[in-house]
Amino acid sequence: MIHVSTTVNGDAHEFLCDPRETLLDALRDRLELTGAKEGCGTGDCGACTVLLDGRPVCSCLVLAAEAKGREVGTVEGIADGEDLHPLQRKFIEHAALQCGICTPGILVAAKALLERNPDPNETEVRYWLAGNLCRCTGYDKIIRAVLDAAGEMREAT
Amino acid sequence: MAFDQEKDEFKVVGTRPDRPDGIDKVTGRARFGADATAPGMLHAVIIRSPHAHARIVKIDTSKAEAAHGVKAVVTRADFAEGLDGENWNILENLMAGERALYDGHAVAAIAATSSLAARDAARMLEVEYEVLPHVTDVDKAMQEGAPVIREGAADGSVPAGMHPNVVRCHDSGHGDPEDGFAEADLVIEERFTTEATHQGYIEPHACLGTLGPDGRGELWCCTQGHWNVQKVCAALLDIETSKLRVTASEIGGGFGGKTAVFIEPVALALSRKANRPVKLVMPRADVFRATGPTASTSMDVKIGMKKDGTITGASGEFRCQGGAFPGAPMEFTAMCAFAPYALKHVHQVGYDVMTNRPKQAAYRAPGSPMAAFAVESVIDELCNRLGLDPIDVRLKNASREGTKANFGPSWDRIGLVETLEAAKEHPHFSAPLAEGAGRGISCGFWFNHAGETAVQLALSEDGTVQLSVGTPDIGGSRASMCMMAAEELGIPYEDVRTTIADTATLGYNEISHGSRVTYASGLATIEAARDTVKKLCKRAAAKWGIDAEAVEWRDGCAIPSGPNAGDFDPMPIKEIARDMGKTGGPIVGHFEATPEGAGVSFATHIVDAEVDRETGATTITRYTVVQDAGKAIHPSYVEGQYQGGAAQGIGWALNEEYVYDDDGRLQNAGFLDYRIPVASDLPMIDTVIVEVPNPGHPYGVRGVGETSICPPLAAIANAVSNAAGVRMQDLPMRPSRILEALKAGS
Ligand code: FES
Ligand code: FES
Repeated sequence: MIHVSTTVNGDAHEFLCDPRETLLDALRDRLELTGAKEGCGTGDCGACTVLLDGRPVCSCLVLAAEAKGREVGTVEGIADGEDLHPLQRKFIEHAALQCGICTPGILVAAKALLERNPDPNETEVRYWLAGNLCRCTGYDKIIRAVLDAAGEMREAT
Repeated sequence: MAFDQEKDEFKVVGTRPDRPDGIDKVTGRARFGADATAPGMLHAVIIRSPHAHARIVKIDTSKAEAAHGVKAVVTRADFAEGLDGENWNILENLMAGERALYDGHAVAAIAATSSLAARDAARMLEVEYEVLPHVTDVDKAMQEGAPVIREGAADGSVPAGMHPNVVRCHDSGHGDPEDGFAEADLVIEERFTTEATHQGYIEPHACLGTLGPDGRGELWCCTQGHWNVQKVCAALLDIETSKLRVTASEIGGGFGGKTAVFIEPVALALSRKANRPVKLVMPRADVFRATGPTASTSMDVKIGMKKDGTITGASGEFRCQGGAFPGAPMEFTAMCAFAPYALKHVHQVGYDVMTNRPKQAAYRAPGSPMAAFAVESVIDELCNRLGLDPIDVRLKNASREGTKANFGPSWDRIGLVETLEAAKEHPHFSAPLAEGAGRGISCGFWFNHAGETAVQLALSEDGTVQLSVGTPDIGGSRASMCMMAAEELGIPYEDVRTTIADTATLGYNEISHGSRVTYASGLATIEAARDTVKKLCKRAAAKWGIDAEAVEWRDGCAIPSGPNAGDFDPMPIKEIARDMGKTGGPIVGHFEATPEGAGVSFATHIVDAEVDRETGATTITRYTVVQDAGKAIHPSYVEGQYQGGAAQGIGWALNEEYVYDDDGRLQNAGFLDYRIPVASDLPMIDTVIVEVPNPGHPYGVRGVGETSICPPLAAIANAVSNAAGVRMQDLPMRPSRILEALKAGS
């Protein structure tokens, strides 16, 4: 077992894990942060997307031990207390989720996009999110929600 | 329960409020199948056959049982004996008996203290196989000499002399197509094929089960129908149904694939043996190898048309491959094929064919999209050769109210013509096409379903209401339920909370399938609300000392009417609720029935496609869905169903397929090689909601979930064929196929 100290959504955490264990499993099973989902376990669906030192990664392809000394951001850390992030509000308002299993990964990925590019066009949003599969929506309402949230965030700054 | 002609003004229905589970789903709080834990919980894995067809000679569990952390190993011997019918099929599918029937067929399962320990132990399980000849192709499986999947599986519907792999047959129609073809100016007959595709829900099957030595159990699982899971688990484990309580988790997509039972009885069998809770989550590869893809098909369609566009006759043979068990939806394929058209001479035949592939499961309008692909392709080709407008021809032949359907009954009020007219008026249809692009049109049809339904609506003492329904919410249906209850009770949407009740709380509810939820649970909600209103009026009447008949319900208040009109102030629901303990006790409305009258639904899709002649790649540049919803309760979620069905259809038409090698093993059991559409593959998907009320629902609702996947295969194939200048007859239209077709065509 490996001892890992890490920061998740700003909180200090410590856990023991098997050397083979993924960051996704450690988050879900050891820290009870089940917001990140496993859709494939092979890096193909993006449902497990989290931020590692601010960069979106598939947590199913990261070893839990790699989180040592780093900062992890998950969907549970997107809202500011009771205040939803504009992306979260726009996802609800635009009905950008049907089943919602892809939503945590897409929100984390979209937030990382808007931090890098506050004014993306439709094509840029589509390519940025191309690693996040959604089987329910056909992406239309997801793209609209992201563009709308970006607009609102630009106006607010 | 019939359509309420008077009800033409809605306050809540037709608006777009936030869904009640929205915050849970955007904050990661919502609990899906794999998100539950229990004290002392074990983790399980299933061991699967690497062979397409093999006799299981011996399973030696001793080393696995002795492995570190292992608490239980189960094989077929740990399940009920003496089952028959579909229960036997389900058991045989989720744990093989004497033979492994497809690559990925389960043979044993292990529960251990961690998932890594369970996976390590799986490698120590020894299974001896004797490999048998296999067949995975539908046409080959029907040929003489093909290996027989199961002797004696055919029922009485199959004509004598057919291969034993043909297990069911459907035959219907009227008139004589040959007479029709004789009247035609042009007759086209072609063969079409489609590959098996997977529903592709992003959440793998997952459950957490506990079954104690006293035969009592609890089960948490992602399913489209937990009463069905309860029933099947009870049968397969030989326990009483009511001893197992099943709770449906949030469900991460199903599309029909989670109507079937694959893992829950296995988790419970392991739990019974280990006497501890067992969690079982399918790896993605297992989802592809062992849960239901749709049927693959091979189809021959022949249609005759006059120069003026009149269809004179039509016939079709639809061969559907459904894996190693009976059940391919060939009757739906045959019945849906010509449903959009009023035909004097029509005949359709369907065959259900077994092969060494996983047991097919329902996938959104099972069987219909393939049929539309074949039929609508032939109609498109006829229009092209006769120089006719594709929408005008469809309008000319369209099924209408009173038309005798191709499979027998006469249509009630239907909205096909309205979708065609709306498509014709849509700017997309008349927009100029880019050089080298093609446009495709197709209609599509689905029956829709009602099914057994029970709901309960309980008033809280503060005047808010708790609605319990039994149909898992697969796409936002709780919002629609809250809206219909609020509409009837005349209270704010926010004052209704809808919960998916567990199996111990309500009467039997059929699965969330057949596009039935907004129709049937919606109708039940409206009826339960009306039942509640009656009780509310009675309480007010008693207080006022007047006849209950003389009380009306309006805008959330009891109001004296008739001779007593104006005698008393309106009594709001909150006041009645506050006093209900003193005026007769709890107020609960309910409804239990199997409604009839799920109105059928039709759609028309318009697609523009561009084909890259160098690479064979197709780009969908514009997509418009026009579909009859009867009445859209929450239009955003109706649009979402339209868009989702179109997107799945795009994947099915262009990329998705089960690829089998000569050894009968699935070659692409993952999202990398089984490529569903990603965001950058698709354009925005425009939607038009047509509302032709369903006579069988108080607000006119028709199911909308499935019809949206019926036209896309054909519409896209027509667009691609028109762009490429060659008729595409095999799906998916992957780049290599398009290049071959271009080469053959030039
Ligand atoms: S679960 Fe990590 S990418 Fe699918
Ligand atoms: S909403 Fe279901 S997968 Fe995206």
